[in-house]
Amino acid sequence: MSPDLLKLIFGRLGLESLPLHEPIVVGTFAVVALGGATLLAGLTYFRLWGYLWREWFTTVDHKRIGIMYMILGIVMLLRGFADALMMRGQQMLAFNGSEGYLNAHHYDQVFTAHGVIMIFFVAMPLVTGLMNYVVPLQIGARDVSFPFLNNFSFWMTVGGAVLVMASLFIGEFARTGWLAYPPLSNIGYSPDVGVDYYIWALQVAGVGTTLSGINLICTIVKLRCPGMTMMKMPVFTWTSLCTNILIVASFPVLTVVLALLSLDRYVGTNFFTNDFGGSPMMYVNLIWIWGHPEVYILVLPAFGVFSEVTSTFSGKRLFGYTSMVYATVVITILSYLVWLHHFFTMGSGASVNSFFGITTMIISIPTGAKMFNWLFTMYRGRIRYELPMLWTIAFMLTFVLGGMTGVLLAVPPADFVLHNSLFLIAHFHNVIIGGVVFGAFAGINYWFPKAFGFKLDVFWGKLSFWFWVVGFYLAFMPLYVLGLMGVTRRLRVFDDPSLQIWFVIAAIGAFLVFLGILCMLMQFAVSFLKREQLKDVTGDPWDARTLEWATSSPPPDYNFAFTPVVHDNDAWWDMKKRGYQRPLTGFRPIHMPSSTGTGIILAGFATAMGFGLIWYIWWLAAGSFIAMLVVGIGHTFNYHRDFDIPAEDVIRTEDARTKLLAGAK
Amino acid sequence: MNTDTHAAHAGDHHHDDGHAHSTFSGYMLGFVLSVVLTAIPFWLVMSGALPSKQITALVIMAFAVVQIVVHMIYFLHMNTKSENGWSMMALIFTIVMVVIALSGSLWVMNHLNSNMMPMHEMTGMK
Amino acid sequence: MTVSVNPAQTGEPMFYLADEHPHPEGYSTSLGFWIYLMSDCLIFAMLFAAFGVLGGNYAAGPAPKDLFELPLVAVNTSMLLLSSITYGFAMLTMQQNKIAQTQMWLAITGLFGLAFIGIELSEFAHMIHEGATPQRSAFLSAFFTLVGTHGLHVSCGLIWLVTLMVQVWKFGLIEANRRRLMCLSMFWHFLDVVWIGVFTFVYLLGVLR
Repeated sequence: MSPDLLKLIFGRLGLESLPLHEPIVVGTFAVVALGGATLLAGLTYFRLWGYLWREWFTTVDHKRIGIMYMILGIVMLLRGFADALMMRGQQMLAFNGSEGYLNAHHYDQVFTAHGVIMIFFVAMPLVTGLMNYVVPLQIGARDVSFPFLNNFSFWMTVGGAVLVMASLFIGEFARTGWLAYPPLSNIGYSPDVGVDYYIWALQVAGVGTTLSGINLICTIVKLRCPGMTMMKMPVFTWTSLCTNILIVASFPVLTVVLALLSLDRYVGTNFFTNDFGGSPMMYVNLIWIWGHPEVYILVLPAFGVFSEVTSTFSGKRLFGYTSMVYATVVITILSYLVWLHHFFTMGSGASVNSFFGITTMIISIPTGAKMFNWLFTMYRGRIRYELPMLWTIAFMLTFVLGGMTGVLLAVPPADFVLHNSLFLIAHFHNVIIGGVVFGAFAGINYWFPKAFGFKLDVFWGKLSFWFWVVGFYLAFMPLYVLGLMGVTRRLRVFDDPSLQIWFVIAAIGAFLVFLGILCMLMQFAVSFLKREQLKDVTGDPWDARTLEWATSSPPPDYNFAFTPVVHDNDAWWDMKKRGYQRPLTGFRPIHMPSSTGTGIILAGFATAMGFGLIWYIWWLAAGSFIAMLVVGIGHTFNYHRDFDIPAEDVIRTEDARTKLLAGAK
Repeated sequence: MNTDTHAAHAGDHHHDDGHAHSTFSGYMLGFVLSVVLTAIPFWLVMSGALPSKQITALVIMAFAVVQIVVHMIYFLHMNTKSENGWSMMALIFTIVMVVIALSGSLWVMNHLNSNMMPMHEMTGMK
Repeated sequence: MTVSVNPAQTGEPMFYLADEHPHPEGYSTSLGFWIYLMSDCLIFAMLFAAFGVLGGNYAAGPAPKDLFELPLVAVNTSMLLLSSITYGFAMLTMQQNKIAQTQMWLAITGLFGLAFIGIELSEFAHMIHEGATPQRSAFLSAFFTLVGTHGLHVSCGLIWLVTLMVQVWKFGLIEANRRRLMCLSMFWHFLDVVWIGVFTFVYLLGVLR
């Protein structure tokens, strides 16, 4: 075939795009391909495809979508953590003239992929998954406001993750760092597909995130059960509301800034170039207008989890509910006023830097207020040290440390010394692992029994907990030291042999975290095997306080047979105290949305379009775009998107639960 | 938003709650106002009626703000009641965010430019 | 359905609704769509920010004064304004259940929208023909992107409009279609609001510079 025709069909995709010269990647590919093939074969053998498609892929049930988000997050955590291990190994070895085992080309991709994956495809799915699962239950709703949109959002997030994973084996990923600053990320310095993978993965996933933000805001505003005023909402719902407001207010900014970067790359415009009046710093400015709210998007739901966990396991009402809500709202607004502290060193004058330095320090006030609220909730409480509570305590210790180094970095003169150093790396891992990741794990351990009807195994859970916490401190405390000594981030080899010992300690820490992750997987497996022993039939294994514990575990499709009516902040606690009797008769049919495959199909086309744009396969991009339009518009011609669960089905489900509850007594 | 004591949705059952029924006179009033508020700025700029460019600029910006308000009221039917005030709340929040991001970006980048800009660009700025 | 949370007759608190009705279809739609518009508003805000920061960087290329023809912009503005009022008439006739008139006003709105897009494209073509391409300077990059994004939104609105006309024709002015027309109405008027910003800050202030 002529080269022109080949180019028309495959764009710039060729055999040389496959990284056959990188033994590490080839090895990974072999393992992934083998594992993937086994999985596919297993699914086919056990005839699970139909089940998966009907019950999971096309579902609009917020609970199942929430669980799928969590699975996505955990799977991507493995990938992102593999990158982390590789970096720690490389930095531990690359001393005394050794080049380590990663060449620069590969190493730069590894640290970029690590950041992108951990933020967008681990932290975001874990947080979104928790919100998706818990919020409708906590507010006594049957589903989210737009169930189809929810399914579509999830698959768009998956589409982004698929593109990032594809970059591992087809072509390469960006070598720019996780925010892809130009001019390095512009076409002149990054002519390869790496940055394009980055752009389209984030754009595809970003659409999903924005839509799910709109969806959850509407859900919280419109679908609260009777009696639940704003100031009677559980704190997790409050933090979710604020998080989703931040998502809707900040993700469009990311969309724009990436669109402008792609215009620079694809069309040759001059937004972020050095010539023709472009300004690379404008990119930095714009992307941090998204980037700073993003970290609060991640951490606010975690704050919500800790609030629920603390009051449940202390057996007390949350201390200072009102101040907690106000602190959350204040953080929401303030998070929009601090973005410049990410680039104090860009060369703005003293007035700009001091303004943003001061706003940054102010944020620590509402955050500190929250910390005291949790402490006072625990004060004189009857604390049960179950797994979620352990993670919460670890969070409180760790996050305060991370927060304090953050205040330190907020001082512009100090930042001039510490900017881009390993001190910064240690700081944000300190708050993101200590806050978001510990929060997600507290949430998983807390709500797992709700989702599956059995508790998680305590032994493996504690093992995982201790490996994680000890490993975290070993891995990141040395980075504070190194940062203060002036070591900058993203270095591949080192000249000064005296630094090596710190990197060795950090690598040992990372390995302990690795054991922590393994123990967590083990915990899931063991709990599944011991599910009869760990079973909970009451639906309320922790003697908890909020509405999600009022229904069965796992909840029925319709969540609540009758819509609850709420009189108190701790609605379920109030119901238990006042002798609430579960209704046994009078069930009626329940109106529910029906499943649809449109979401996954649309997201599939969006992903294909992204792939086409990355590789300049224009027919694929155009074709997928048109297909998206056709499928999307076609979907609007379907006016029958709901059905009624017949009263008999509701009666059968509820009777089964009545029997279980009677058996448990 | 914290004082919103209205029980979430118990009660309002009419299908188009919060969407004020639009009227012919409302649309026409909005249209006429918009035409006037569009025509004057165009005329000001094209004829150069005002002595200074700065004053012209301020005046047409003021006209733009007024016209946006007119559109909001007469075409988008914004009021404090629709959706229990949540539409207005969303709008106010968005305006605050837009003002912060826009003015912040202009401030930050201007400061940077005056601090760091090489000489040849300085001439291009004004 | 009015829920009394504490039925006075018994004094017993009520913990669930024995007699409930599902939310009407599209119960959250108008709020949800409004929030979407707010997110879109931020997209435009950032494009305005890019234009505000980069719009003075002509890189020794053409400046607004050399490029913009205000009479043409005025004509274009009136196209959009007219389409706004005709969409308003479509909504009014929809409230009176007059399908044929609704369709007619929708069609007229679409024609005005098409005219707007046509004029904008010819303006772009003219500029590019004169060498004022998006690649020429940061100012032109920001200009084409901001105005082009608005035009792209109008084009999407046109596709949506045609889709809705087909749906009204096939299924009539049923509740779902009324709701969709209401959403498109918000979208359409929102685009007009954005255009106020565009003609003021890009064109008029540009020529003043």
